[in-house]
Amino acid sequence: MDLSALGNCVISASCVITQTTSGLIIGLLLFMVAAGVSLIFGVLKVVNFAHGSFYMLGAYFAYTAYQVTGNYAVAVLAGGLGVAIFGLLFERLLISRVYGSPVLMQILVCYGVILILDDVVKLVWGPDFLSFGMPSTFQSLPILFAGGVIPVFYLFLIVMTLVIAVLLGLLITKTRYGKIIRASAVNPTMVSALGINTGVVFASVFVLGGLLAGLAGGLAAPVRSLTAGMGLSVVIESFIVTVIGGMGSVAGALVGSLLIGLVRSFGSIGFPLFTEGLMFLMMVVVLVLKPSGLFGKEGR
Amino acid sequence: MGNRSSLARDCLIALVAFLVLAALPYIFPSRGFTDFVVRLAAFGIFATSLNLLVGYSGMESFGHGLYFGLGCYSFALIMQNFAVPIPVAFLLTIALSVAVALVVGAICVNLSEIYFAFLTLAFQMLLHSLIIAWTPITGGDQGLTGGIPRPPFLGVRLDDYYHLYLFSAGLLILCLLAMYHIVQSPFGYTLRMIRDNASRAPFLGISVFRVRLMAYIIAGAFGAIGGMIMSLFVSGAFPDFAYWTVSGEGIFMIMLGGITAFLGPVVGAAIFLLLNDMVTKLTTHYGIVLGAVILLFALGLRKGLLDFIVDHWRDRQQSALAAEGRTASSPPSAKPVSAGE
Repeated sequence: MDLSALGNCVISASCVITQTTSGLIIGLLLFMVAAGVSLIFGVLKVVNFAHGSFYMLGAYFAYTAYQVTGNYAVAVLAGGLGVAIFGLLFERLLISRVYGSPVLMQILVCYGVILILDDVVKLVWGPDFLSFGMPSTFQSLPILFAGGVIPVFYLFLIVMTLVIAVLLGLLITKTRYGKIIRASAVNPTMVSALGINTGVVFASVFVLGGLLAGLAGGLAAPVRSLTAGMGLSVVIESFIVTVIGGMGSVAGALVGSLLIGLVRSFGSIGFPLFTEGLMFLMMVVVLVLKPSGLFGKEGR
Repeated sequence: MGNRSSLARDCLIALVAFLVLAALPYIFPSRGFTDFVVRLAAFGIFATSLNLLVGYSGMESFGHGLYFGLGCYSFALIMQNFAVPIPVAFLLTIALSVAVALVVGAICVNLSEIYFAFLTLAFQMLLHSLIIAWTPITGGDQGLTGGIPRPPFLGVRLDDYYHLYLFSAGLLILCLLAMYHIVQSPFGYTLRMIRDNASRAPFLGISVFRVRLMAYIIAGAFGAIGGMIMSLFVSGAFPDFAYWTVSGEGIFMIMLGGITAFLGPVVGAAIFLLLNDMVTKLTTHYGIVLGAVILLFALGLRKGLLDFIVDHWRDRQQSALAAEGRTASSPPSAKPVSAGE
């Protein structure tokens, strides 16, 4: 524990800016995964333990697309669309067969899929850490702001993820599709009685969740090292986020993710060994004080 | 159920089982066999303790490996750093896991099933990341190496592999006996009632929270015993024993063997270990093969070996009753959770 380092950081503008930027990036990328977990849970009442593997696949798809085309935009899109298709297959072939089954069966299916995907990644891309490399567009001098250093790519990430967050918010709250999703979360039987094919809705939620996770993986690839098993810590953090923010609430996922991101970036200075512990502590405090989460309406 | 004569009978069965196990190495004098039984003891106790939660209490934990890893590390650390006899380290480790289970359980046990599954997993990964980060104490991702001192106690010399075999087999049987009596006790029936109807139990004056917490603590303590055997077997502790895959394996074991029969998890652990050894021998793509088997099982069979046997036996009994022209009422034994009703 190093409280003096944290104290020194908080009073120095440059350190605050550097840490806040990295916290925002951790948080916003996490949001894209957590929003998918939260949506899938809200509509289908299934916890997709394999969602972290979606993120991992997104990063690897983007890696290969980048190797082939050299175009970062294409790489990110390939990550997103590739995982969206994978999400559809995953839903249709596997998880739709255990809807309504005990949680244990769903866990078992996800467990099997995670094992397979981690191994497939090792098989296809090799067991070593892969480094994506910074796309040439962003290889310019970092921006100096009040003494803090902000790489251009970080700014790009923040803007991109915020745009995606806003689009997702609009999709859920303003469109007919969003209305159907929200209705299916409350009463899928009623929705299907109104002539809407809920099977398609369910599959589409997985496609949307996969798209978000894949895009997040692709966007994160240049600033993370790629390895099999990189998904698990992400899925656990996204669950902590959904507990803090409230299951099924996109706004809650955003606030929870940002909190986690900032705790991680500042915590790594003050409590390098206990950063994970801090996140758990926050989650436990929320669970005890407001079990439904900061933005949740229903009980647990 | 829990009266004195049935206890005496169960103790006798346990004694016979122990004598048989003690004699087996003379019939199969291979190191592979004794090693298998030691691992089976570790995972059999672990899986049965998980089934106390999953099968008997309806608490679907995805983080039971927490106690396996905790038992492993705590035991190895105590033995390496303090000159205490092995039984003292055993008891200290159990006390530590009870304390951890008390805190984690108090936070988790009243949550709905999905939250419970995820939170237990999250706490396990917290332990795992502590082990990885706290390198000076735990050895980080290299694990605790350097061996465990094994001072002899009561004539038991655990550095001898036959002694370790006897010790593990004895612990397996003792723990199974203890857990069997727990599930056959009034407390065990309270657990089943809460599993089947948690809203009715409070009307009978039962504190659901307290009973569930108790079950969670008991399961945690037994899970840690499994971890301690593992620690003795590998002479150390490795972060893999605290990784989430241990919890996944535990769930797969109890599903393989069957959650309706008490011995299902032990049978499942044996099948799993055999499968595991076979797959690692045949291929380097362990995850793909094991994952495929898990998917086949979860989407195809959906019931464990002993579940099939119990159901078959029950069907035959019922048809025999029907043949006698009596109205066969279904036996009120434990309902399979996997039936999904």
